[in-house]
Amino acid sequence: MSRTAIAPGGGKKSALRLMKGNEALAEAAIRAGCRGYFGYPITPQSEILEYLSDEGRKRGMTVIQVESELAAINMVYGGAGAGARVMTSSSSPGISLMQEGLSYIACAELPCLVVNVNRGGPGLGTIQPAQGDYFQATKGGGHGDYHLIVLAPASVQEMADMVYLGFDLADTYRNPVLILADGALGQMMEKVEFPEYHPADHVPPKPWATTGKPKERERNILTSLHIQPEKMEKVNRSLQKKYGEICAREVRYQLVLPEEAEILVVAYGLSARICHKAVELARAKGIKVALLRPITLYPFPYDVLRRMRTSLRGTLVVEMNAGQMVEDVRLGIEGAVPVNSFGRMGGIIPSPEEVLGQIVKMSHDGDGARTGDGHHDSILEETR
Amino acid sequence: MENPREVEMKTVSCPEGLEVVWEKPDTLTGNRMHYCPGCAHGVLHRILMEVIGEMDIQDKTVGVAPVGCSVFAYNYMNVDMQQAAHGRAAAVATGIKRMLPDRFVFSYQGDGDLAAIGTAETIHAASRGENILVLFINNGIYGMTGGQMAPTTLVGMKTSTTPEGREISTQGFPFNITQLIAMLPGAYYVTRQSVHTPGAVRKTKKAIRKALQHQKDGKGYCLIEVVSNCPSGWKMTPVVSNEWMEENMFPHYPLGDMKVDGVLQQVKGN
Repeated sequence: MSRTAIAPGGGKKSALRLMKGNEALAEAAIRAGCRGYFGYPITPQSEILEYLSDEGRKRGMTVIQVESELAAINMVYGGAGAGARVMTSSSSPGISLMQEGLSYIACAELPCLVVNVNRGGPGLGTIQPAQGDYFQATKGGGHGDYHLIVLAPASVQEMADMVYLGFDLADTYRNPVLILADGALGQMMEKVEFPEYHPADHVPPKPWATTGKPKERERNILTSLHIQPEKMEKVNRSLQKKYGEICAREVRYQLVLPEEAEILVVAYGLSARICHKAVELARAKGIKVALLRPITLYPFPYDVLRRMRTSLRGTLVVEMNAGQMVEDVRLGIEGAVPVNSFGRMGGIIPSPEEVLGQIVKMSHDGDGARTGDGHHDSILEETR
Repeated sequence: MENPREVEMKTVSCPEGLEVVWEKPDTLTGNRMHYCPGCAHGVLHRILMEVIGEMDIQDKTVGVAPVGCSVFAYNYMNVDMQQAAHGRAAAVATGIKRMLPDRFVFSYQGDGDLAAIGTAETIHAASRGENILVLFINNGIYGMTGGQMAPTTLVGMKTSTTPEGREISTQGFPFNITQLIAMLPGAYYVTRQSVHTPGAVRKTKKAIRKALQHQKDGKGYCLIEVVSNCPSGWKMTPVVSNEWMEENMFPHYPLGDMKVDGVLQQVKGN
């Protein structure tokens, strides 16, 4: 039942290449027909700006190294409004600066791609990988009621594949799409191949774009200003309807070793890679444990959790943060079984053995309800 | 109830024996403007749209509205428009122009938008030499939010946040951003005008036409500052506000070309 469709299907694939995640993502952006990239240098994602400044420009892309992330996201607003596929990328502090613009983009319904190569925070934090921006990414991030579509890659290949998917979803729903990666996925090198993809087959007509008003049509206005409350509520209802459709159609996830699972580990992105290994190690010990990897963080696969919760004894949510996605897992589990959280912060990546230790403990305790009240910090405390 | 802002002006046919001396250009929508009596925005909207009509570029023009009194500019200008976040109009205009290089792109901004919250976007668009036109209404006050101090508020000028008048020691100096931009190599044509007399309107219209021609020729960044009154914010009648503007604003913000064809000019003032 896993819905893992990420890469465009069919067609020839390119030769295998060994690339950094950031470079693979940038190469995919060129191939996906991205015409404008606007970015500001920040570790650990500057390779995207560098790759596109060289390879992107050579292949016809407009690339501007901007004065700030504020300028970047507002150039994305202008470029997307002009009907072009455009994108920006940054890492956590820079993404914070873009939140105002993203709120405007969400309300004006402009399709675009934003990439966050998450580093440790809060504040200036660290340049090491983290998943501390989950709340910001999935719950809106800026002011007002809105959602980005959020994709979570777990490999260099997916860093590339999610660019096509991201642009396609953005254009389909006229909604900003965020790829939420982390510093390790951006920096690590893996083999990657690029599918055949013809942007012309994917980019829909954009009759709403501001391209200059011909005599025969009314002027196009892109705005997020609706000063009359009745109009503003109408816009909000229309956005919520769209988010409902996205939740109904676009949930993507991967289930690993689900057979007779009693314990469910939930993790995304790099954490999911680590948990995959930990689950395999636990299965070798005879522990009936599975992994659920949400591929779309918004929309979140609540239904999978609802379906599975009656057969589970407990869940373990593993994140590179203090426990953020665990709240969404709770919403899916709805108190049916204990939900535990295990997280490392500050740029520390948990090891498969650490996660295995948590799984083994849960299996010994019967249900993993170590605090009895389902409070998720208990295991975290012990790890410190 | 009908929103008065969306009421269409009626088109009347010219009675026999009379000659048409004033017509609304097709490039204006006919929506009744929300601006206060005596405000310069309406005049500047009109001459900007007249030029776009006369140059026959309505179908090739994309405008960017700011946050401020002219946030609703798109209700009146009959061209494709985007409404930008506060201060970000130059960045939005950059995004549009870079994706649609053969279109005419302008931003329309007030002093708070352009010279306070949007200073970085304003200056860097000029510094990059973006091939856009920036129209800058400078009336030394935040009109929309009720008359607070602007970056361009004169020393001693009373606003709701400088009730004793702007004082240099705590509130700093008026920001002459246009002069600063004129000095950037990326700026090609920078001029300061007004629209408070028929002669001034003609000069400003000429400047707009010149700037759009420069854009067509790919010359780069053009900025037209229009020093304006704000009868409501200044708490004066339109006539008195214009006199006050001549006596107080013009000495600090002298009118004239500051940069022509990429060459800095000596501004003589009035």
